[in-house]
Amino acid sequence: MFLINCPFCGEREEKEFSYGHEAHIARPENPENLSDAEWADYLFMRKNTKGVHLERWVHTAGCRRWFNMARNTHTNEVLAVYLMGEQPPKEIRDMIDGKKKS
Amino acid sequence: MSQTHRLHDGGRIDRSQQIDFYFNGKLMSGYRGDTLASALLANGVMLVGRSFKYHRPRGIVTAGTEEPNALVQLERGASTISNMLATRVPLYDGLDASSVNCWPSPTYDVMAVNSLFHRILPAGFYYKTFMWPVSGWKVYEHFIRRAAGLGKSPEVPDVDTYDKMNAHADVVVVGAGPSGLAAARAAAATGARVMLVDEQTELGGQLLNERFEIDGKPAMDWVADVESELMANPDVTILKHTTAFGYYDHNFLGLIQNRSENVAFGQDDRTRQRVWRVRAKRVILATGAIERPLIYSDNDRPGCMLAGALRAYVNRYGVSPGKRHVIFTNNDDAYRSALDLKAAGCVVAAVVDVRKDPSGELVTQAIEAGIEVIDNSAITGVLGTKRVRGIEVMKLNDEADGVTGTSRTISCDTVGSSGGWNPVVHLHSHSAGKNTWRDEDGVFVPGDTLQAEACCGAANGSFSLAQALNEGDFAGIDAASHLGMTAKKRPAVPTANSDVDETPWRTIWYIPTTKPAGQRGKHYLDQQNDVTVADVQLAAREGYRSVEHAKRYTTLGMATDQGKTGNIPGHAILSAALGQTIPQTGTTTFRPPYSPVTMGALAGRAVGEFFDPIRRTPMHDWHEQAGCLWEDVGQWRRPWYYPADGESMQDAVSRECLAVRNAVGMLDATTLGKIDIQGPDAAEFLNRVYTNAWLKLAPGRCRYGLMLGEDGMVMDDGVTSCLGENHYLMTTTSGGAPRVMAWLEEWLQTEWPDLKVYLTSVTEQFATLQLAGPNARDLLSEFTTDIDLDNDAFPFMSWQDGTVGGIPARVYRISFTGELSYEINVPASCGLSLWTDVMNAGEKYGITPFGTETMHVLRAEKGFIIVGQETDGTITPIDLGMDWIVSSKKPDFIGKRSLSREDTARPDRKHLVGLRTADPEEVLPEGGQIVAETRPQPPMDMIGHVTSSYWSAALGHSIALALVKNGRGRKGDTVYVPTGDKTVACEIVEPVFYDPEGSRLNG
Repeated sequence: MFLINCPFCGEREEKEFSYGHEAHIARPENPENLSDAEWADYLFMRKNTKGVHLERWVHTAGCRRWFNMARNTHTNEVLAVYLMGEQPPKEIRDMIDGKKKS
Repeated sequence: MSQTHRLHDGGRIDRSQQIDFYFNGKLMSGYRGDTLASALLANGVMLVGRSFKYHRPRGIVTAGTEEPNALVQLERGASTISNMLATRVPLYDGLDASSVNCWPSPTYDVMAVNSLFHRILPAGFYYKTFMWPVSGWKVYEHFIRRAAGLGKSPEVPDVDTYDKMNAHADVVVVGAGPSGLAAARAAAATGARVMLVDEQTELGGQLLNERFEIDGKPAMDWVADVESELMANPDVTILKHTTAFGYYDHNFLGLIQNRSENVAFGQDDRTRQRVWRVRAKRVILATGAIERPLIYSDNDRPGCMLAGALRAYVNRYGVSPGKRHVIFTNNDDAYRSALDLKAAGCVVAAVVDVRKDPSGELVTQAIEAGIEVIDNSAITGVLGTKRVRGIEVMKLNDEADGVTGTSRTISCDTVGSSGGWNPVVHLHSHSAGKNTWRDEDGVFVPGDTLQAEACCGAANGSFSLAQALNEGDFAGIDAASHLGMTAKKRPAVPTANSDVDETPWRTIWYIPTTKPAGQRGKHYLDQQNDVTVADVQLAAREGYRSVEHAKRYTTLGMATDQGKTGNIPGHAILSAALGQTIPQTGTTTFRPPYSPVTMGALAGRAVGEFFDPIRRTPMHDWHEQAGCLWEDVGQWRRPWYYPADGESMQDAVSRECLAVRNAVGMLDATTLGKIDIQGPDAAEFLNRVYTNAWLKLAPGRCRYGLMLGEDGMVMDDGVTSCLGENHYLMTTTSGGAPRVMAWLEEWLQTEWPDLKVYLTSVTEQFATLQLAGPNARDLLSEFTTDIDLDNDAFPFMSWQDGTVGGIPARVYRISFTGELSYEINVPASCGLSLWTDVMNAGEKYGITPFGTETMHVLRAEKGFIIVGQETDGTITPIDLGMDWIVSSKKPDFIGKRSLSREDTARPDRKHLVGLRTADPEEVLPEGGQIVAETRPQPPMDMIGHVTSSYWSAALGHSIALALVKNGRGRKGDTVYVPTGDKTVACEIVEPVFYDPEGSRLNG
């Protein structure tokens, strides 16, 4: 049972939230120009990370706003929350790039 | 029965309060402060049940939560609860317990015949024997479950109530033994909010069972002092008789509190149990240790107990477990049991020690007390079946893997064995804490943790009292200092001088006999699941190298006690059989709950009407008075049909259908989801989420839309109306409204934040009355003067504002029945009044209320789909033959690209078709499997299934919709639906049966 820091409401119990899916998967601009394989990659293929994972959550039983979250899938530590449209903080990017230990 | 085994004095029981109770129907008595187990032992009852597989007689083994055998069915009828541990049930007046898994009684058990066949019931027996033929399992399972069950589930609803509590704490201390108390005291002194949790009814932990001193006074006096100190602190919460059953991510704990202790269940106005959901800033695990047995031959005979349990019964309950006791040990601690028994005046026949020349202080004390110590020896056999009558003892060889010399028989009725103590690392492990093996005394001790947590005392592998107090004190201060809290005046660290020099333990996981394991008696590892050393060795021989696989194959540690006593010896035996070390083998995963939790407690108040909210429309009471039957649609309760007196369901539905086709019917359509959509980009948004074109829908007009997932599969449908410039009202399916709302919000917030669109759920703001049938216009005209109902002024797929019956209303001319139809939306508060007025005025037009079943029949006659009935998440609009609604001009919409994927574009996918049965009277079963060719026996190749099937009163024959592979290519073909007792032939037809031109709904 995680404790999640909603960027709009503050710390709340996990049961108020719903997990969406992996974050930063932008919908292709012109799907019709994609091959079946490229479209399938967007549609189905997701990372199965052990370590820092960027994902999308919604505060279903609260403000109903979507936001991004960086979570270590091994320890379940919530490393950062940030708004839709934003990129993960630099320290998180460094962790993913292996420049810093999570 | 009298308390033949009660000692004359001593123990923490209140001898002035006698308590009468029943065990297997027999009246017995004990004292306040007893557990059921201690009271049974006081009455001389050791045999309490039969084992799971072989139905061997079994007795009480322990004095705590680790008990593998003493499971009872507590109480009867609505209050009954199965598999309760006699060692954990506090005695109360009138308690009524009986043995589980034996019939007619534990003394004479019919199924004990199983033990004669133990050679054909080895590990994996069920897997090997009953898995062929596959279909046979259905037959075998019934008998196996009956023969090998434990307790019985209640057959009537529980009369008790349960509840839940949420709490936050700075420091949660689990376990109120010496270490936990020291920790709680030290943390509380800093001003931290402390929660102290213990599964026992009294604080003290292991101190309750011992004769220790702390700070120069009896340890329990120290416990009482600490308790009153903590009680006086308003920031401290003490929860007794409360088990921390799970430790989850981010320092979240699940606790279960027993609230009706010592009161017969069902006779207490409090809730019986409460689940606490606690979020802690810091957690201190002072969960103590559990003794493990030595694994000797026939170590399951009633009277074979753990050494520590013997002194628990003597010291805490004033009960002598037997008349003549033998202690069997590989360590010094078990000598405490011998000494305590002796001090209480009980007979200790001998201490059998596997070590050569043990010489610790406790050993010396035992010898000085006149107890015979037989060193370098093993128990090679146990005499007696329903109670130990004696033991056989032989000398061990040098390697301790065999015995030598001649056997000596010692008469006794109770054996207390000790193979050392295991730290209770369960909670630490639940939250992904690691454990490390400590070879010197053969235990797993807690290692790294991911949580803000610390272990102390015996739970940390620190078994001496002084160490436990020290570590606890430090853990308390340390936890507080992590939170920036320190004590102004730090309490003195409690001191103990009970520590003595001890002889090291001797590693010996398997006590040999003169024959290999399994040939001379049985060495039990898991008594509850009847798993022996021979079973584990067999699993290793058969190739089960992983401890997790061996566990599942043998069922070692899979019973309700989760192998608290036998797992480590079992893993050691497996390691030896695999020729590797114990840390190489590892342990099985510890998972919550630590001990069983009742379903009632987990459900809490969410039972009966609170299980799931019921949504009622404003017209609910009218429907109820009209005698409708209900259908649950999502959380909504909708009228299903309205039977007249003595009418069958089919008769009622046919009557309702004909009324709509020939006169007029009224349906409560309030439950349809309604989403108000506003903003300058609303039309563009609709254009992206629906498959058809939306940019040119004029105010006053309505359009049907189909919503797809990005995978191209149909997700929802409904009519959306343009209310004005940049303003729309979307309707969704009744059950799908919350899902659609969330779906639209997600797209707006995450993918298209640039779109200026605002969504509001308005489902419950309106009551919706649907009038359908040729008389609908005439009836409605009696209620409105400001809405022109003329077909040209108010055509199909348009809407009008006005008043209906004097109430402001929005009227939509849309149709799901295929008839002339109006959906009248009024403020929810006016729904019932308008409904009643229309019903009264409609009498002369033949108005008939109709329910969801009639609606389903009428729409199926028209071939209109229901999402979730004709679709199942694998169906595209093309599959449904609805290409007319999929825009080919729009560059993009959600799901568009997927429609041209190789698989979705296949021509031979399942298509929606109609079915006409050869016999027009025959109504196909929904879900019926469709085959192209019949064979005398299954299996047959399935080409599709029936999605909707009804009797059509209007047409005078049955109709059905179906999804059939390449269905559109099979028009006119005959296919078959085998229904079990017969096979129904049907023809594949168009899925529209009634008024295919649509002249009725346009008229």
